[in-house]
Amino acid sequence: MEWATENLGRILSLAGQHLVLAVVPLVLGLVISLPLAQLVRRHPAWRTVLLTVSSVLYTVPSLALFIILPVILGTRILDPANVIVALTVYAVALLVRSSLDALDSVDGELSLAAQALGHTPVTRYFQVDLPLSLPVLIAGLRAISVSNISLVSVAALVGMPNLGILFTEGLQRDFVTEIVVGLVAILILALVMDLALVLIGGFLSPWARLAAGAGPRKTATA
Amino acid sequence: MSLLELTWGWLTDPMNWSGYAGIPTRLGEHIFYTFLTVVIAAAIALPIGAYVGHTGRGRVVVVALAGALRAVPTLGLLVLFVLLAGIGLMPPIWALVILTVPPILAGTYSGIAAVDPVVVDAARAQGMREDQVLFAVELPNAVPVIFGGIRAAVLQVIATATVVAYTNLGGLGRFIFDGLSLSDYPQMLGGSVLVAALAVVTDLVLGAVLRLFGPRSPSARKLPAPEAVAQEGMS
Repeated sequence: MEWATENLGRILSLAGQHLVLAVVPLVLGLVISLPLAQLVRRHPAWRTVLLTVSSVLYTVPSLALFIILPVILGTRILDPANVIVALTVYAVALLVRSSLDALDSVDGELSLAAQALGHTPVTRYFQVDLPLSLPVLIAGLRAISVSNISLVSVAALVGMPNLGILFTEGLQRDFVTEIVVGLVAILILALVMDLALVLIGGFLSPWARLAAGAGPRKTATA
Repeated sequence: MSLLELTWGWLTDPMNWSGYAGIPTRLGEHIFYTFLTVVIAAAIALPIGAYVGHTGRGRVVVVALAGALRAVPTLGLLVLFVLLAGIGLMPPIWALVILTVPPILAGTYSGIAAVDPVVVDAARAQGMREDQVLFAVELPNAVPVIFGGIRAAVLQVIATATVVAYTNLGGLGRFIFDGLSLSDYPQMLGGSVLVAALAVVTDLVLGAVLRLFGPRSPSARKLPAPEAVAQEGMS
């Protein structure tokens, strides 16, 4: 405890760097995968290709990706861009499937009704399809946010500053307190991110909360 | 020579394919850690998942626990176990087991819970005992989902077993960390390529295993993708 309070400034600064490395890929992943999903819905032939490619990319271990990416991108090994690109790749791989499932789950009659009410394809997408697929999207984002927070710490192994540094340093110095502080800090960060996503989801889709309360039972699977 | 040529040179150098610290040894270690971890984790997760899926008891606890375990950073758990329990094979393996239980548990539990209740009731109406219902009806029907959970777990362990080389064990991660400390980039890159290849090949093999030996009905043969399983129990 004493160690944590004495080093609070450093822990907070590492937590800040950790947060940036975890949040930016989340946003980028969403921005990339939504148009991709829509594109594939328009051209179904590409659907299998996209899903296969994302499956393979998702399989590549993170530490390997952190090291392979600099060669592909021409960046330096300590460039934060490597971590951000790697985690964005995972986010896209997961979100493409989520957004396809989410958009597919929207009732076809609703889309037709929206069209009858005079929605253009663009306004229908943004005002009907997208809002209705929000709960599934949020579920996907929550899964990614949790794994991102954990994966960012792996980047500490190649020397990238984030909360994972507390682990590598703790091992080198044989100092358990530092490792426990790192674990707690990362769990808090994951919890805060998860809570933020739940709140954002609830704020953006108030009707989903009502439906969940009135429904017969909540299923556990996404 | 470019970096890619150097890496290719490292990967094809006969010197690296023999001996105590060669690629076959490291690959064997990596597969051994993965196998050991998944077997222990499955021994823990399969019975609990089957119990919860069959009875419906403890569902909330299991889903919450599996979700919380997902948030635990591998690296932190690994170094903690090594510092507390000392050098040796088992401390890192136990850390890996803790991270491997959630996907198998989620797959088993949700696979059994998703079996059509009509089928389960029909089995009871035929006079099957509860254990027969579980072993002869629910488990066989849940095979694809359970297998999906195990596949996600295996891939996760292959990725994470790379990190155990940071503490004291071998495996393909050894090349990455040795390369890192020697600033030997071709070796690091070669090790990374090997890990990525192992993961992709294993994924293909597991998919083929289910297609060959899994349930014959085409609807039941569809394997959930690892990234889909990653979300089990999240919402």
